Amino acid sequence: MSDRQERDQTRVWMQQLPSGDVRVESPLYHADLPSMMAINDDAGADTAGGVALAELPLQAHLVIRGRAEAPGFQESLTQALGLQVPTRLSSVSDGSQTLRWIGPDEWLLTAPASQAFDIETKLRAALPGHVAVVDVSGGNTILLLSGLHARSVLKKSTSYDVSDRNFPLGKVVTTTMGKSQAVIRRVDELGWELIIRRSFADYLWLWLQDASAEYGLSVHE
Amino acid sequence: MLYIHCPYCEEHRSEEEFHYKGQAHIARPDDPDNCTDVEWADFIYRRDNPRGEHKEQWYHTVGCRKFFNAIRDTQSYEIKTTYKVGEQPDMAAGIVTGQQGSNAS
Repeated sequence: MSDRQERDQTRVWMQQLPSGDVRVESPLYHADLPSMMAINDDAGADTAGGVALAELPLQAHLVIRGRAEAPGFQESLTQALGLQVPTRLSSVSDGSQTLRWIGPDEWLLTAPASQAFDIETKLRAALPGHVAVVDVSGGNTILLLSGLHARSVLKKSTSYDVSDRNFPLGKVVTTTMGKSQAVIRRVDELGWELIIRRSFADYLWLWLQDASAEYGLSVHE
Repeated sequence: MLYIHCPYCEEHRSEEEFHYKGQAHIARPDDPDNCTDVEWADFIYRRDNPRGEHKEQWYHTVGCRKFFNAIRDTQSYEIKTTYKVGEQPDMAAGIVTGQQGSNAS
């Protein structure tokens, strides 16, 4: 038995997803986004807003670290997830799972919440050599910013160039967002995905409300 | 505002994404138990303070979170080139890619 197998046998991975009737709150729970969605509906203004915001709460977020050039690393990761390993500043998605390049030896995977533990366990078994897989689901949340003026809001919020020339579909950058930071991914022509820290979620929610006020903000599911 | 080329992201990013992390290429004494106090003090405390080109460490704090090296002119603030940890500066390439002031590199 290899050292690795021996070590894995003696370690117990923690299932971080609460079971049963434990209530889980997203980082923006206190902002009561559903009540803002109701306001949209009352006004019949679902599409009137220049900026649409939605929270994708409580997804599985896994940080994967490893040497990209290590033998078998990329192959194992691809085999375990069914996703190609994205190259510099890009992402790969199959609709349910999305893998983002964060740094030369770091990737961020998001997936439906219920899969966090299964994927974590699967990756630990599959990845060879000196690697790390960490469940950071509790530390992040995902915001989807879309609409005709979403780009204008981003221009106010980050110093990064968000023009089509510099920011094509699928590109991922970690950069400044207001006085905090975000992992920004272009998801479609008018849509951007922001992965933000739990501790800054309230600040960025206030920031985005303020930045999008002049265009009209609508909140969606 | 400096516009700094990260050798890992291979892009120019704005200065607010970075942190300065002191002089680069400082070698730790091979045998700390048996080096002189002067050698140890050189390693721990004494730093160059040149007027002109200075080899520095920078950290892409908000981006890819990697340390890299830069050669910066302390008079003009011009960054001549940036290069990965463990590499030697390529000044010829640096003049071409290090100071374009745009993302088109």
